[in-house]
Amino acid sequence: MRHTIRFYVGDECHTLAHTPPTRTLLDWLREEQGRTGTKEGCNEGDCGACTVLVVRLEGDRLVWRAVNACIQFVCMLDGAQVLTIEDIRAPDGTLHPVQQAMVDHHGSQCGFCTPGFVMSMVAGRKAAGLAQDERGIDDMLAGNLCRCTGYAPIVRAMRHAMEAGPDHFDAMAQDMAARLERLRDGATVEISGPTGSLSIPATVDGLAATMQEHPDARIVAGATDVGLWVTKGLRVLPHVVSIGQIPELRRIEHRPDGLYVGAAVTWQEARAALADVLPQPDEEVFRRIGSVQVRNAGTVCGNIANGSPIGDGPPVLIAAGARLHLRRGDVRRSMALEDFFIDYGKQDRAPDEFVEGVTIPVPGPDTAIRAWKVSKRFDQDISAILGAFSLTLAPDGRIADIRIAFGGMAATPRRASHTEAAMRGRIWDEPTLEAARAAMAMDFAPISDMRASDWYRRTVAANLLTRLYADCGPEGARAPISVQAACTGRGEHAHG
Amino acid sequence: MPAAAAIPAVADTIVPGGASRSLRHESAAMHVQGSASYIDDLPEPRGTLHLVPGLSTRAHARVLSMDLSAVRQAEGVVGVYTAADIPGDNQISPVGKGDEPLLATDLVAFYGQPLFVVAATTRGAARRAARLARVEYEDLPAILNVAQAREAGSPMVWRPMEMKRGDAQAGLAHAPRRLSGRMTVGGQEHFYLEGQIALARPGEEGEMHVISSTQHPTETQHMVAHVLDRPSNLITTEVRRMGGGFGGKETQANACACLAALVADRTGRAAKMRLDRDDDMTMTGKRHDFVIDYDVGFTDEGRIVAVDMVLAARCGWSADLSGPVIDRALFHADNAYFYPDVRLRSEPLRTNTQSNTAYRGFGGPQGIVAAERVIEEVAFATGLDPLEVRLRNVYGTHDRNVTPYNMVVEDSITHDLLPQLARRCHYAQRREAARAFNAGSRHLRRGIAITPVKFGISFTATHYNQAGALVHVYTDGSVQVNHGGTEMGQGLHTKMVQVVMRELGLGTDRVRITATTTGKVPNTSATAASSGADLNGMAVLDAVRRIKRRLVEFAAAHWNVGEDEVRFLPDGVHVGQKVIAFAHLTRQAYFARISMSANGFYKTPKISWNGDTGQGRPFYYFAYGAACSEVIVDLLTGEMKIERVDILHDAGESLNPVLDIGQIEGGFVQGAGWLTCEELVWDGAGRLRTHAPSTYKIPACSDRPRVFNVDLLENAPNREHTIFRSKAVGEPPFVHGVSVLQAISDALASLDGYRTCPRLDAPATPEMILRTVERMRNGPLPAA
Repeated sequence: MRHTIRFYVGDECHTLAHTPPTRTLLDWLREEQGRTGTKEGCNEGDCGACTVLVVRLEGDRLVWRAVNACIQFVCMLDGAQVLTIEDIRAPDGTLHPVQQAMVDHHGSQCGFCTPGFVMSMVAGRKAAGLAQDERGIDDMLAGNLCRCTGYAPIVRAMRHAMEAGPDHFDAMAQDMAARLERLRDGATVEISGPTGSLSIPATVDGLAATMQEHPDARIVAGATDVGLWVTKGLRVLPHVVSIGQIPELRRIEHRPDGLYVGAAVTWQEARAALADVLPQPDEEVFRRIGSVQVRNAGTVCGNIANGSPIGDGPPVLIAAGARLHLRRGDVRRSMALEDFFIDYGKQDRAPDEFVEGVTIPVPGPDTAIRAWKVSKRFDQDISAILGAFSLTLAPDGRIADIRIAFGGMAATPRRASHTEAAMRGRIWDEPTLEAARAAMAMDFAPISDMRASDWYRRTVAANLLTRLYADCGPEGARAPISVQAACTGRGEHAHG
Repeated sequence: MPAAAAIPAVADTIVPGGASRSLRHESAAMHVQGSASYIDDLPEPRGTLHLVPGLSTRAHARVLSMDLSAVRQAEGVVGVYTAADIPGDNQISPVGKGDEPLLATDLVAFYGQPLFVVAATTRGAARRAARLARVEYEDLPAILNVAQAREAGSPMVWRPMEMKRGDAQAGLAHAPRRLSGRMTVGGQEHFYLEGQIALARPGEEGEMHVISSTQHPTETQHMVAHVLDRPSNLITTEVRRMGGGFGGKETQANACACLAALVADRTGRAAKMRLDRDDDMTMTGKRHDFVIDYDVGFTDEGRIVAVDMVLAARCGWSADLSGPVIDRALFHADNAYFYPDVRLRSEPLRTNTQSNTAYRGFGGPQGIVAAERVIEEVAFATGLDPLEVRLRNVYGTHDRNVTPYNMVVEDSITHDLLPQLARRCHYAQRREAARAFNAGSRHLRRGIAITPVKFGISFTATHYNQAGALVHVYTDGSVQVNHGGTEMGQGLHTKMVQVVMRELGLGTDRVRITATTTGKVPNTSATAASSGADLNGMAVLDAVRRIKRRLVEFAAAHWNVGEDEVRFLPDGVHVGQKVIAFAHLTRQAYFARISMSANGFYKTPKISWNGDTGQGRPFYYFAYGAACSEVIVDLLTGEMKIERVDILHDAGESLNPVLDIGQIEGGFVQGAGWLTCEELVWDGAGRLRTHAPSTYKIPACSDRPRVFNVDLLENAPNREHTIFRSKAVGEPPFVHGVSVLQAISDALASLDGYRTCPRLDAPATPEMILRTVERMRNGPLPAA
């Protein structure tokens, strides 16, 4: 049992015993450490101005992740090394290749977003190696907003930075690993003070016991949602249980009944396995969940546990037939994912119960998985509507099975059961499509809000069936079925 | 200007990086290292208080009571201040209308109006405390938008303007063809990455030093002086750099500065007010949204003969800058086109929403977007290519060259620019290709459009067209330059350094720019209207030439050569046959007791404008450009991508080509964002529902055009005598975003074989696009 949290910032090791459990990394860096290079742009994880790097030793591998400091709690950094913009120059004072490229290509104007961009770019080089296409750069920078440059010079800088070869961090990797190794003690952390309590269980059994003892404690994995309760809702969370580093919860396993994703697995970690199990052209949905920074912190199961009607994960997983695993003390139970969502803000989970993982069955060879997110902005936006489809065609052209789930259409992520009924067993042709479109009206009565009107949601929900038909219909997709696909098919112009 | 005019330009070789050459942003190396300081990064004076405003939660209501006891008792709170605590005027109207209290008293006029300010030892404590206020309201009828304002009898924040030439009604009546329509254009949040912030430090005997993220330090100084009831000489405003402005800190910075100064004055402690993003977006004004009704007469050949337009704008609860903003919309409702008979009228409508304000383009883009809609209508009505219609209507050079405000366009180049860009980007072939694609595509459609911009340069309030500078040359030959303009990322400080470099033949390491402060250069104008480099550049040039004049006189006498034999070149100062270091000259000049400090001053010549008569020359010159955008649209969802953009832009003899290209690229994306993904949504109670980047979507990296070619027009020095013949470049490129809206419209027009104008309104969000698709297929939809 340890009663402190320990982590590095730059080269300095910090041991904290009294930091409030919801103290954000950004406030701590700026207000207590004087590291003012990291900026606050929105305080809700949407603009990326506060991007920092969190380096962890996982097995014997150093893993570099860009995260939004504004919605990370300091306590979540136990065992990690944080690098901020102040740490990016080489020790001899020369600029990092990313910094140099940003200067050379005029990637900054007002400069306020620039440190965040630099951090994302440094992380992008580490994470992706040196072979990234233009689309890869878009994805890498989707979580950083710039209002001045129009991004063009930043992308030019990134292209050049990727060609610049190794940086000084490569030479420091062994030292960094050794240092982080020394922080690894496998201990449970318990901190209790006037500003609240913090538990970091070392095992799932420990987590189960903690939750039984403190049913009102708030479980936090990546804090991409809970962080906003604090920074925007100003909520006080008297007891935080941080589960992000519990080894058993970080498992991604191929099991007989499907892909198992533990409760602390982030979207970024699960992405490749999910794309593998649920193949879709262009990885459409998985690469559009939040941004790199959000996917590096937010978890697949957190996206489920928070019960949001507009979470992007649940509709896809429901369509795929996922099962959710919950645990309460020593008692475990599983359920179809859609049954977990009872009503707006209400899930089938007892206070001392927690999500342990989710299993996604592997679709058969005759099943096509499609999921389309529709939002005002392509990247880093919240869905107006997300439609997910699992379509199994029989050899005779009949729809052997169909599962359809939508986000943004109701108070919870929900299946379109009337639509499914109108399709199941029918030949997949235009009359069936029309019948399905008509049935959709019986499935949902969506609301109007700042993201879209109910008319738009209803219309697009039906139109996504038409898109499904165009893509997975009897004739198959003969042409790109989305503007993104059509757009990326064309090469970069040689000029400028 | 006498001193500047008296000295001929003597540098015949421009020092590398000097004015007219590319040079990177003066803060670039600091930006990338996080060492460029913004106000919140500065070390805080001991005991600094943190301020958070308490905002109204009604759009229009009488305040019956305000119970702040829980706020005062909250942990960490040092004080809570209301209008009653203001020693001077509780008034920050920037135009002297007296309609904008700093803190509301008995009446709130929009949802988000500051009622009080909390000062606490930490920002967190202040934020928590501010939410504990208990305010009782009695609701009053609220007017939230243009339609409601018209129903309520069109209350105005400013005198409406009528601009006319010829007889529009007669012209319309006799026109061979005529049509009318309506366009709505949304507003826009500035979304400067650094939010509003000010740090006030009290000094001796009523002095107040305010570091403010403001585009208009002098106005901020005056506002603080009025609020504190002090003379201006006690108040100093300073700004080193802003993390973006875009017009959003021209007047909107004043509230934070005044509240910080108020608390600093009341407590004797430093006070900092940094708004949370939600409070910032909820409190501050934005780009005006417009409803524009147009009536146009034209010939079968697509020539416009008469235009009648009414431009109505949601101005918000107070006048702010709405008057000149809406006027500028009228000034640009012709864009680059000659209207033989014309009448333009404005309706600056008062509403119970944020007080809309300056935003890059200052109403001009809204006028231009309407002009381009009219062109589009004529094109679809006549079956002509919109580019052809544009070319048939652009201003001439010798005739057809008088604007609706009776200014002769002397420098028109649109007739040349449009075809030049069309050739470069293969517009005609690509238009055919898009049509061929559309003929074979069920759900995806391509569109392409090419649009020009003609943008008037000068403040229409003539007295703003002045600037000052202060240049010091030290004995070691290093130079410090100060001027009245502010740096918000546009590179103004870089350009000012370049002016000095070019004049004195010095490298960047010898010329230092300092923070803008009212203590060094007084009575300045806002850095706005794209005028920063034009005005301040000439003032800096004037100052540096005054010093240069003295150095030349001294050197000629000291080394016994003719004054024309003293030249400041990159390798040193040429004095007759020998070359000496600039530092040597300055040291000798010091010993000879030569003053090496000077103020510079500049006022724009030729301009005058009488708003009452609608006569004069409001603009010194026009900046031009053209853009071609190609898009692809999904008819099932309304999703859209910009595939390719080509821009040819007129920056005159550019002061700094790389910075100007940066302004064009950034301006375009911001303009495209305004017309596509950026949507402001208020609910029925007048509460802004898009008050953070989670709900208000500015373009992200992948929204930039996949192919993006930007070129400066070459060999195009300004015909007017501007700073080294350059042209202003801040606002005009924003307008290039209009080509995206027109390209989307072109894609949608394929739905009926290009026979009718789709009348696509802005912002063209996926929903707006899908609604337009639905309307074109099945007729009008019920309102959203």
